Amino acid sequence: MMDKLKKVFIKSNIGRIFIYAFLIFWALTTIAPLVWVLNNSFKVTDEIMDSPFGFAENLNWENFQVAVERVDIIRSYINSFIMSGTATILVLFFGGMAAYILGRFEFKFKKFFTTIVALGLLIPAFSTIIPVYDLMIKLNLINTYLALILPHTASNLIFAIFVLSSYMSSLPDSIEEAAIVDGASRFQIFTRIIIPMSRPALATVAIFSFLWSYNDLFSALILVSDRSVRPIVVLLNEVSSRYGVDYGLQAAAVVLTIVPIFLVYLLLQDYIVRGLARQGSVKE
Amino acid sequence: MRQFEDDKKVIIMFLIPAFAFIFIFLLYPLIRTFYNSLFYILQNTNPRYVGLGNYQKLFTDSGMITAIWNTLIFMIAAVLIEVGLGTVLAILINFIKRGAKFFRIVYVFPVVVSAAALGLLFSLIYNYRVGLLNTIISWLGYNPIRWITRDSSLWAVIAPVTWRYVGFYFIIILTAITKIPKTLYESAEIEGANRWQKTRHITLPLIFSDIRISIIIAITGVTKVFSMVWIITQGGPMNSSQVLGTYLYSVTFQRRLFGYGSTIAVFIVIFGLLLVVLTNKLLKSDDDSGYGTPGM
Repeated sequence: MMDKLKKVFIKSNIGRIFIYAFLIFWALTTIAPLVWVLNNSFKVTDEIMDSPFGFAENLNWENFQVAVERVDIIRSYINSFIMSGTATILVLFFGGMAAYILGRFEFKFKKFFTTIVALGLLIPAFSTIIPVYDLMIKLNLINTYLALILPHTASNLIFAIFVLSSYMSSLPDSIEEAAIVDGASRFQIFTRIIIPMSRPALATVAIFSFLWSYNDLFSALILVSDRSVRPIVVLLNEVSSRYGVDYGLQAAAVVLTIVPIFLVYLLLQDYIVRGLARQGSVKE
Repeated sequence: MRQFEDDKKVIIMFLIPAFAFIFIFLLYPLIRTFYNSLFYILQNTNPRYVGLGNYQKLFTDSGMITAIWNTLIFMIAAVLIEVGLGTVLAILINFIKRGAKFFRIVYVFPVVVSAAALGLLFSLIYNYRVGLLNTIISWLGYNPIRWITRDSSLWAVIAPVTWRYVGFYFIIILTAITKIPKTLYESAEIEGANRWQKTRHITLPLIFSDIRISIIIAITGVTKVFSMVWIITQGGPMNSSQVLGTYLYSVTFQRRLFGYGSTIAVFIVIFGLLLVVLTNKLLKSDDDSGYGTPGM
C-alpha cells in the first residue's frame, strides 16, 4: 500500500511540483528578506513605522544620504578595501613564495614548517587576539590600518600556503627542468613559470582571503574601531547599536553592503562555487 | 629535481617573510595566551599570578556554562539544519533541469555576504515595531510578538546562522553528487527505478563520506560563530544567547578581564581540538583516514 502510494506520488507530476515547491520555498528565505530590506531602504523611518509592508512609492534617497554623510559609509568602504586588499596582496606574495618552497623542495627542516602550517589551521582568532591587541598597543598601531592588516595576513597565510603548496607540488617537474637547462634562476622560475601556472589556485586564495578579511568583525572591533579607520563591518555594528531606532538608515546600510557583494558574486560565482566545493575556507 | 648551489639561500629567503608573520602574529600570541591564562590581569596592567584559579572559575561561572551549553545545542542544530537541509536541497535540485542554476546562485549567496550585514538584516526582521515577522503576523490578524527574550534568544540567533550556511553544505554535497557516474543512474532507470529508489540506493550511499565530512566541518565551525550573534543579541538578554566567541569578547573587551579572557581562549582551543578528535573518531569509517581541519 505504502509502496503503491509512493509510486503514484513520485512517478507523477505531483512529485515534480513538490520538488519545485520546496526549492522555491528555500529560495524565498533569501529573496524575500532582501527585497523587503531593499524596499524599506527607500522609505524614511516614519514611513516604515506607518506601513512596514507597503511599497516605497517614490524612491526616497534620504537614508542613503544619511549613510554617506552622517555615518561616513564611503570612508568605511575605502578602509575595508585598503586593509583587506593589502592583506590579500601580502598573502598572495609571501604565501606563494613559501608554498613554492614547501611544495617543490626537499630540505632538512621541511617537516617542521609543514607541521606549523597544519597546526596553524587549528588556531582560531579568539586564541591570539589578546596578545595581538597588547602588541599593537605597544607598537602604537591600534586604530591604524596595519593593526588589522598584519594579523589578517598571518592567519590567511596559513590557508594560502596550505592550498598553494599542494597545487604547486602537482605541477610537472619537467617544465622547471627545461627552464634550468635554459639558464633560468630560481627566482625567474618562480615568477615566470610557477606563478603563471598556479593562477587558478591563486585566484581561489585571493577571493577567500579577501572575503574572510572583509567579513571579519571580531578582530576589526578590537583593533580598528575608530571612525577614521573602521571597516564596513564595524560600521554595521555601530549602526545597529547606536542608530537602533533609525530603521531607514539601518536598511540602507544593509543594502549598501550587500549590493556590491552581490555584483562581485555574480561576476565571480564560478570561482566562488568551485572554491567552496573544495571545502575551501568558510571561516566566519 | 636538479638542485642549484644556492638553493639553500633561496629556501631561506622564500620562507622567512611568511613564517615571520606566522610566528609573530599566530604562534607567539597563542603561547602568550596560555601564559596569560594563569594571571589575573585587569586591562593589560599589573598581572597577578593566580595559578589555575581562572580555570576553576571557568566551570563555576554561569555565563561560561551557558555559553558552553548553547554551543552544544548550536552544534546539533548546525548538523540538522545546515547539513540536513543542504543535502536535501542538493538531492532535489538534481532532479530538475529548468531553474537549477538560478537556485544555485540564490542558495550560495548568503554564504558570501558579510555575517555582519546579515546580522543587521535579521535584527531588523526581528524588530518589534517594524520587523518583517511582526508585520506578517499583524497582517494575519494576530498581536505582535517579542522575538528576542531570554527563552527565545538562542533560537533567534541559531536560525539565521544555520540558514546562512545551508548553501555551503548544499554546494559540497551537490559537487559530490555530480561526480557520481551517469551510467549508474541510466542502468537503474532501465531496471525501472524511480527517483526515490535512485536516491536511496545510488545517491545516498555514494555521498555518505561527503556528508560525514560536512558534519565534522559543521560541528567544529560552531566554535567560531561570532558576528551574527554579536550584532543581533550581543549574547543577551542576560547571557541567554551567549556562545563561546561572544562571551570571550564581552569578558575581555567589555569587562576588561584579560587574564580570565585568556583562559576562555585556551578553553576554546582545547575544546576545538577535542571536537576534531572526537568527531573524527565517531564518524570515521574504514574507507578514509581522519579529516580534521575546522573551517577548511
